[in-house]
Amino acid sequence: MSDILAELERRRANARAGGGEKRVAAQHAKGKLTARERIGLLLDDGSFEELDMFVTHRTTEFGMEKTKPAGDGVVTGWGTINGRLVYVFSQDFTVFGGSLSETHAQKICKVMDMAIQNGAPVIGLNDSGGARIQEGVASLAGYAEVFQRNIMASGVVPQISVIMGPCAGGAVYSPAMTDFIFMVQDSSYMFVTGPDVVKTVTNEVVTAEELGGASTHTKKSSVADGAFADDVEALAEIRRFFDFLPLNNRDKAPSRPFFDDPEREESSLDTLIPSNPNQPYDMKELILKVSDEGDFFETQADFAGNIITGFIRLEGQPVGVVANQPMVLAGVLDIDSSRKAARFVRFCDAFEIPILTLVDVPGFLPGTAQEYGGVIKHGAKLLFAYGEATVPKVTVITRKAYGGAYDVMASKHLRGDFNYAWPTAQIAVMGARGATEILYRSELGDPDKIAERTAEYERNFANPFRAAERGFIDEVISPHSTRRRICRAFASLRTKKLTNPWKKHDNIPL
Amino acid sequence: MFKKILIANRGEIACRVIKSAQKMGIKTVAIYSDADENALHVKMADEAVHIGPPPANQSYIVIDKVMEAVRQTGAEAVHPGYGFLSENPKFAEALAAEGVAFIGPPKGAIEAMGDKITSKKIAQDADVSTVPGYMGLIEDADEAVKISNEIGYPVMIKASAGGGGKGMRIAWSDDEAREGFQSSKNEAASSFGDDRIFIEKFVTQPRHIEIQVLADSHGNTIYLNERECSIQRRNQKVVEEAPSPFLDEATRKAMGEQSCALAAAVGYTSAGTVEFIVDGERNFYFLEMNTRLQVEHPVTELITGIDLVEQMIRVAAGEELSITQGDIGINGWAMESRLYAEDPYRGFLPSIGRLSRYRPPEEVAEEARAVRNDTGVYEGGEISMFYDPMIAKLCTWAPDRATAIEEMRIALDSFEIEGIGHNIPFLAAVMDHPKFVAGDMTTAFIEEEYPEGFAGVEHDEPTLRRIAAATAAMNRVAEIRRTRIAGRMDNHTRHVGDDWIVTLQGQSIPVTITADHSGADVQFDNGETLRVESDWTPGQLLARLDVSGAPLILKAESYSHGFRIRYRGADLKVTIRTPPQAELASRMPEKTPPDTSMMLLCPMPGLIVKVDVSEGDEVEEGQALCTVEAMKMENILRAEKKGKVSKVNASAGDSLAVDDVIMEFE
Repeated sequence: MSDILAELERRRANARAGGGEKRVAAQHAKGKLTARERIGLLLDDGSFEELDMFVTHRTTEFGMEKTKPAGDGVVTGWGTINGRLVYVFSQDFTVFGGSLSETHAQKICKVMDMAIQNGAPVIGLNDSGGARIQEGVASLAGYAEVFQRNIMASGVVPQISVIMGPCAGGAVYSPAMTDFIFMVQDSSYMFVTGPDVVKTVTNEVVTAEELGGASTHTKKSSVADGAFADDVEALAEIRRFFDFLPLNNRDKAPSRPFFDDPEREESSLDTLIPSNPNQPYDMKELILKVSDEGDFFETQADFAGNIITGFIRLEGQPVGVVANQPMVLAGVLDIDSSRKAARFVRFCDAFEIPILTLVDVPGFLPGTAQEYGGVIKHGAKLLFAYGEATVPKVTVITRKAYGGAYDVMASKHLRGDFNYAWPTAQIAVMGARGATEILYRSELGDPDKIAERTAEYERNFANPFRAAERGFIDEVISPHSTRRRICRAFASLRTKKLTNPWKKHDNIPL
Repeated sequence: MFKKILIANRGEIACRVIKSAQKMGIKTVAIYSDADENALHVKMADEAVHIGPPPANQSYIVIDKVMEAVRQTGAEAVHPGYGFLSENPKFAEALAAEGVAFIGPPKGAIEAMGDKITSKKIAQDADVSTVPGYMGLIEDADEAVKISNEIGYPVMIKASAGGGGKGMRIAWSDDEAREGFQSSKNEAASSFGDDRIFIEKFVTQPRHIEIQVLADSHGNTIYLNERECSIQRRNQKVVEEAPSPFLDEATRKAMGEQSCALAAAVGYTSAGTVEFIVDGERNFYFLEMNTRLQVEHPVTELITGIDLVEQMIRVAAGEELSITQGDIGINGWAMESRLYAEDPYRGFLPSIGRLSRYRPPEEVAEEARAVRNDTGVYEGGEISMFYDPMIAKLCTWAPDRATAIEEMRIALDSFEIEGIGHNIPFLAAVMDHPKFVAGDMTTAFIEEEYPEGFAGVEHDEPTLRRIAAATAAMNRVAEIRRTRIAGRMDNHTRHVGDDWIVTLQGQSIPVTITADHSGADVQFDNGETLRVESDWTPGQLLARLDVSGAPLILKAESYSHGFRIRYRGADLKVTIRTPPQAELASRMPEKTPPDTSMMLLCPMPGLIVKVDVSEGDEVEEGQALCTVEAMKMENILRAEKKGKVSKVNASAGDSLAVDDVIMEFE
């Protein structure tokens, strides 16, 4: 009997050794951890339950039958993060470069199927050279099987991808369909075709880092939602991020004990809005001052800075925040910011995370670049996302809410539950100067008259009361009491039930 | 007594004056520019009058505008504070013309002391010790040597028109005097086109010590002892204290009596300050007299118990001083730290903007300790580019100097300022500096002790262990909270372990935590155990802890695996990990921040208005590279050294954040 047990231990040890000492050392030399070390950091100590440790590939071509490492280049299973269930797969670059074989794919599919069935998120740690070329179409089929599960899981359980090494070719489309992609700086990259092919086809010379590194995807392409300095920091931050997300689409976002008074007043918010309406201020200060303990997990921080998205907690309950940022492009809506916010709003709605919207928007960005780029349809995405969302929606207009952008930003008309405005709010079709120049075109030659008209317009429209008179604004609130007001608003909405008409699915302007 | 006074100033000093007036039952009038619409002094005063646009030369120092405010409000007297119109004889005259009292000295005294040469002559005539020197013109090198011998070496040979160290030589012997005279003369001729030279005693180991005087219009003049202001940076006082750790009773008395003699000689009334330079042998020499309330007056108030502003108001109202020289003693020790909106880590570059957080320590006045904070700002207020960048004057008082310094350390630990750069880390470093603690300083202290500027403090082992113990215990509280999240698998709650590795300041410190209801024992691998008790909860930015009986106050910001800790001049990244996590973390590549010495970084958030150079250009030191507009002001960024532009990353119209790379050099 002891021999049999010893054999199990030997096989386990063999599987745990991955690609062997040399390859593990090479992995470490690149500043990367092994698949199992990463799982160790991601999950609670000792909580990992591995599946399919002994799975091997079945290829006999190209002499592959001679090397059949246990696990076949991916470690899969489940465990807990702060006691909550999560399914994990972690590709092992030390085994065949983490390449995806038919069996490798089957292992991933197994945990994804379990995740969907049992209602828990999937976190994928990607570190793979791509398809297992020796397997040909079987490998491609494997990818497609994973893709199909990504699609089925979408909106059912949260899916998070962490790119911790190469992720190229068809492999990118699995992370692409998950809810969030995070990358590790300097040691990960993602692209559909690599630098060599780019050079051959277009004659462009570009490094892997420039083409698809963390910087590219967080700043330029917006493919990634965030990037971290190294593997250790990345996995610690994923744990932090995970605590904001519900386990599945029928579960509530997880509350946790909090140490911050929901009644806390912030007198400094009374002076947040500068007296000059064209002077910017930092909207993040408002986000940090209303949230529990000033804890804010920002997503896509380096992309489309004119809109801020991310998660906070109010009374321990996760809330998604969308906020115009006057510090960048005056907080204007454009193609990038609309797309960024629309996807975020849809994620929150899919997983029952309430949405707080902070509005200071001068309108949509004009120009040929925007029109040619299709700002009409991209702007409509955000409008659509807000309008279809049935989660609790609380909106605070701090300053400008001009034109169509007023409608878009979770207005009352898009089923906002509580629409608040600060006394500094200006809810109007446009700014005073522009409006008077149109309304009083005949007086344009007389600067005194125009100044008088502008002042008159400002008196009448540069305030929240016109909107409040119509009930489009539920209440004008003092800035210093914002935290208390929105905490109470969301508290009252915990029992909100709203359903859209039955449809197969909607047709958001993609 | 006056019923209403106007304060012709802003900021902390306006607030300070208002406080005394309120205590005396006098109504107050504030004046304010556009930039100060929401300022604290406006809120505190009974009335406020708007006097113009932000620049002081269009508002606070325009005599007509201030006079108009006086007329409009019917104020019977005006307190000028310091700076602005406080030493402007024309203002005193304008007030006198309308029968409004000036809460300050007579116009004649201001004028007499306002001129360096005249004031020195008056001082000499009043037998006040002045720096020995020869004021006349010196013909040749022989005469220079002769005069130098009369004065006694070392001497300073100076160009009349000089400034900024140009045309200045120090001579310790005849040969040096001869040589120095010639080179000063040449340099003066070429630099200023004026080769007139004079010679005076060179004061070695100079300390700046000043005497507070107070005089009424009934012929009474008293001195309220001294203040030492040797801790200066580029002639700007940073730390002041009273009394001076250097003076003896005889010197103090001599300085005090001479100061009173000088005040009497010019018919001085109100509060004034006579500044001296004191050498290593306690020889003191008159520098100048400031005919106003000094910034650092609170330290004198703290050791004498006299409200100087109240006295000034009473004197201005014609009252006779109710205190005599015999009433003035020295009670304990007072320290003042000037908190400036300047970033010590960036060469003390001014840092203006919004105070997103401003939480000063609690003011107390107890038998054995006092904390006083004179300020003109509040959380959510603005440090404006138009005025002095001082945020607050933080004072502490205790029975002795060592305790006053310790009180100051604690007060600085708990002073929270965010949103702008500030010099708290630097002030804390000074409070811990052995030379300062020993009272062994000269006016060159900062220059000599921080020749390369300020790069933060390295803490010693015991301090690091205290911080490690504190953060480990705090981290445990945060981790346990994380395990209480909803939606856990029943019976599979995460267990938070006891063994942790704390990394800070390049060291890894293993600890074992044993927690109980009131705190935690944190054990180190050398067997030492520190007891940490605190009511800190996650998210609190100021952690007040008790570590083995001694208080520890940390500024603590959470981030992944630990805290950013700011404590006594150090800005530390502290990570707290389990041993396996720490083992893996130690394998992570060190990511050195990019070398920015060959880059032009955007110093403030702003808009690029103009880029003056393009790729490949050779630039000279001081050449304009580009213009950044921030807060509606155009700032021209110049080359720090000669170089070649290798890459330009920004163009006109770009909006940049702090530290964005504008261009790179080869």
